[in-house]
Amino acid sequence: MFQSVSLEYFLILAAVLFSIGSIGVLTRRNAIIIFMSIELMLNSVNLTLVSFASFLGDSAGMIFVFFVMAVAASEAAVGLAIVLALFRQKQTVNVDEVNIMKW
Amino acid sequence: MFSELQLGSSLILISFFAITIVIVDALFQKNKTVGFSYALFGFILTAVASAINLYQAPSLIIPLNSENLITKGMIVFGGYSSFFDILFCMGAILTMFASREYLKREYHEYTEFYSLLIFSVSGMMFIGHANNMLMIFVGIELMSIPFYILAGFIRTNFKSIEASLKYFLLGSFATGFLLYGIAMIYGATGSLGFTEISKSIASGINSTTILVIGIGLIIVGLSFKVAAFPFHQWAPDVYHGSPTIVTGFMSTAGKAAAILAFMIIARNLMPEKIVSGKFNFDTHTLQNIIAWISAGTMLVGNITALVQKNVKRMLAYSSVAHAGYLLMGIVANSQLGWQGITFYATAYLFMQIGAFVIVGLIERGEENNLNIEDYAGLSKSHPMLAAMMAMFMLSLAGIPPMAGFFGKYYLFAAAIKSGFTWLTIVAVIATIISMYFYISLIIQMYFKDRTEKELEIKTGLGLISLIICTIGVLLFGVFPSLLLDLTRQCFQLLG
Repeated sequence: MFQSVSLEYFLILAAVLFSIGSIGVLTRRNAIIIFMSIELMLNSVNLTLVSFASFLGDSAGMIFVFFVMAVAASEAAVGLAIVLALFRQKQTVNVDEVNIMKW
Repeated sequence: MFSELQLGSSLILISFFAITIVIVDALFQKNKTVGFSYALFGFILTAVASAINLYQAPSLIIPLNSENLITKGMIVFGGYSSFFDILFCMGAILTMFASREYLKREYHEYTEFYSLLIFSVSGMMFIGHANNMLMIFVGIELMSIPFYILAGFIRTNFKSIEASLKYFLLGSFATGFLLYGIAMIYGATGSLGFTEISKSIASGINSTTILVIGIGLIIVGLSFKVAAFPFHQWAPDVYHGSPTIVTGFMSTAGKAAAILAFMIIARNLMPEKIVSGKFNFDTHTLQNIIAWISAGTMLVGNITALVQKNVKRMLAYSSVAHAGYLLMGIVANSQLGWQGITFYATAYLFMQIGAFVIVGLIERGEENNLNIEDYAGLSKSHPMLAAMMAMFMLSLAGIPPMAGFFGKYYLFAAAIKSGFTWLTIVAVIATIISMYFYISLIIQMYFKDRTEKELEIKTGLGLISLIICTIGVLLFGVFPSLLLDLTRQCFQLLG
């Protein structure tokens, strides 16, 4: 007999992905890689939403995922433009070198 | 009877102008006045439409039988949402008047600036109207993404790029937390609509752990967005590096919108009547957590502002502190508290934009004339500007009869009434600390003499926004009941 994969596994996978993403944001110093880690976090949220929606039998969560994807895409466009502007100014994408403002 | 089309007209109008201004920009690339006037016209028209809505529906309308509505109950109308629509449009109009001269002087007058302003205001208005997690999320992002671009608008200035990058990375990091929180609350309550969420929290739900994790993550995400302690580190850098006009807009209208999102979510997560059932979610713990965040925010903001030499940075830290005061209204979780937030957000918009407009007028190029010493003797060379700046500073410090005083008074009163006397004591101490740096700027302007040669200041259209700010600060300070009567109705429900 088949036993379906239960909700907990999906949630744990999403939580692991989210943690990897946030650790990536906090430890990596390359702006592009930080940005990729943020995308990973957003995708783990998508996984959470889809699994909840599927287990609740409610389509609202799946619709939400489309909005998250659209927002992530527009964020990617803006983010890469900002990184490009930074690279033109300083020939670097290392966030540690972007610290002329200090209190 | 209300018509959905008419009540939603402010949202439709701002979206229409946001989309069409892109085409107008493309058609009239040479003539920048066209883009400017089109955006200004859009804001004024939207503000008028919202004012009509507020007049017709002074109390909040949450559509309950929403099956035949096109918005399906995802949007609320009238009441505070219309009030905040007017407030955001007002902030944008004030910013636009001041930005013309500023951008020309910095050789960066591109009409994209105005279209980005419209886009961000439309996002703020969606936050105000939200009755669904999806609307809140779309609104916050629609507001933040134009802000990331606006922060880096002067792209030849490295500070501006740095501000933009920091804002972008930390802002989208916070979005991740906010989204994860939303997903968890969705999983725990089975719905994205606020009406259903607060209903199921009030009647008790099964999956408590998921709900608590979700609420925790949402608070982290929103604290980032409002720049509350301990997630305020980005704010001073971003506000310092961005063009001064943009900082004025971000730290007032943007902050008001983020606080509004926090307020809408918090008031639905803490329903008043809780039926004892399977699980009683302890709203007092949540209130206490927000109270600690609020206390930390105002103390840290004001104490770090004390040591700043740069006026823009000082105002940035003080804006962190003001987010702390605004959070007190959320802590109170009562009609009075929300009223206090509305009042204070209005007063804060006028005084902070006014202060930043003056900073923008005195600033020259990259990092010139931004130190407190540069304001010495301003009262002799430009008595009008000095008097206005002094008034905004007194209002920010909360000295009667300025609008800032009454805003603080209502927030403090609401917090005391909800039993948070300790928070009010902390707030009063923080206010006393803040007096030092506000007053020291006034002392510089009035009692010190300028050693270097005098500045030539061309106000241009900025004078209009300064006059409106002055009138706002004085009017709501001398006659606070004007605004208070309006805000009292804003939070009552209409069938």
